Amino acid sequence: MSQREGPAAPALAPCGHGSGHACAHRHGDASSQPVDSVALISARGICVSRHGRDLLIDVDIDIHAREIVTLIGPNGAGKTTLVRVLLGLERPDRGVVHRRRDLKIGYVPQRFDSDIAIPMTVDGFLRLGGSYSDTHINEILEHVDAASARHQQLGELSGGETQRVLLARALLRQPNLLVLDEPVQGVDYSGEADLYNLIARLRDEAGFGVLLVSHDLHIVMARSDRVICLNHHVCCSGMPEAVAQHPSYGRLFGAEAARAFALYRHHHDHSHDLAGMPKPAAADEAGGDGEPSRPARGDE
Amino acid sequence: MLEPFFLRALIASLGLAVVAAPLGCFVVWQRMAYFGETVAQAGLIGVALGLALQMDVTWGVLIVALAVAALLLWFSRQKVVALDSILGLLHHAALAAGVIATSMIKGAPVDLTGFLFGDVFAVTGQDVAIILIGGAIVLAIVAWLWQPLLRLAVHEDLAAAEGVDRELVRTAFIVLLAVAIAVAMKIVGILLVMAFLVVPAVAARPLSRTPQRMVALTALIAAGSVISGLWLSATFDSPGGPSIVLIMSVLAAISLSWASLSRANRPRG
Repeated sequence: MSQREGPAAPALAPCGHGSGHACAHRHGDASSQPVDSVALISARGICVSRHGRDLLIDVDIDIHAREIVTLIGPNGAGKTTLVRVLLGLERPDRGVVHRRRDLKIGYVPQRFDSDIAIPMTVDGFLRLGGSYSDTHINEILEHVDAASARHQQLGELSGGETQRVLLARALLRQPNLLVLDEPVQGVDYSGEADLYNLIARLRDEAGFGVLLVSHDLHIVMARSDRVICLNHHVCCSGMPEAVAQHPSYGRLFGAEAARAFALYRHHHDHSHDLAGMPKPAAADEAGGDGEPSRPARGDE
Repeated sequence: MLEPFFLRALIASLGLAVVAAPLGCFVVWQRMAYFGETVAQAGLIGVALGLALQMDVTWGVLIVALAVAALLLWFSRQKVVALDSILGLLHHAALAAGVIATSMIKGAPVDLTGFLFGDVFAVTGQDVAIILIGGAIVLAIVAWLWQPLLRLAVHEDLAAAEGVDRELVRTAFIVLLAVAIAVAMKIVGILLVMAFLVVPAVAARPLSRTPQRMVALTALIAAGSVISGLWLSATFDSPGGPSIVLIMSVLAAISLSWASLSRANRPRG
């Protein structure tokens, strides 16, 4: 394991995967690079196939402290599978996942069927994760704007309330990595931006890393340090704007997405160069059609 | 004055009612009623095993219940056929195999009714001791595992991501469930044992806002059903186990009706 110094410099790292690059056909070492042991979670060469279909093909990913990494990709691209592998809920067929020893995960799952089989108040649910003081619970609930739900039954919450309560529970644990799988399902459009702003603000305050999964685009990107575009393999990764202009991103999400992202860009007076440094707005990133043959690695 | 046999029946069933309460709640919360049903019905094979090996049938039931539970867990690893279909198939197969196995035991023909529906008034002093001591151990383990069990029941992935060892906790729960089934079999029989666990929990659900309260209410409802069921049995000479389960079911029906009515009347919003 190589100890890498300094924060990862997010850069555009496109790749052109051939179609014959399935896990089963791969020979030699599982990962061409050692895991990053400084990262909160570092995975190399993750392959998962189910029922003969490759869900994840040779995926590398690192998430560092204080970093918001957004995983985007179309439905069925393997995003949730990758998250489950990273969380240790599912075993990859190949590849390694390295979790830093002090890793403490706050997890907001994609699906939480407000289960009416179990009678439980929001308060009781929050207390299940550990022992917290009354004031602490109130504080966090205020933070996520769900204070009024404290004595409601879990099964009686709306979709948006459920998401905020789940976020509160994750935050109560004082995690150093917050994992949110499609956190805006059931949240209305304005609530969506609020939620991401909240997450970004909390990240600034508490300093945890964030792994955000979404199939939803521009608002997520505005708050991300690094975007990884997944469609079974890593199509491209890097700074949000660089990813948005990458051809494989356009192929995955189409013209509409490009327009939506252009809207987002409009609000900014600068963009970023390949190393993530701000530069004048007119300068465009070189997404490039020259396709290197290696998988994208966000930490290069 | 209570006859000794009646007193034994009362103590044994009351003890069982209390032990079954938390297990029944977890079965309801984790939607494992059908799973438990299958494991319980396989118990008849265990009865045959116990009779064939000339040991207490409780041990035979326990061994077979654990084996079937392990088999079911193993089957649930494949994702091609839904588990409830497998259970639908297996619980009839288990019952059929059990009936055949008991019929093949040499010697006097086996009276199946007692094993299928229980014979609460036949419990011995030793049975009472087993229920009380075994029950106390089961309760202690449930209390110890309460937090992780509840976390798994609320959301399995969330609990596992937060560090709950789901394999270990789930295995422990299934072992406890198998023990409860084996012990309860003598009182309510293998066909009614899951009802004894599940029905009071169902009755308690609409009246509960916290899991702790639901367990307490389940125990109360079960205990009340035991007392009135045994009274019914003594007064009208009806079979004990079925009488208890019938009272439980009536209470559950009342509770569910009340829940349906109050839900219909409540403004949504």
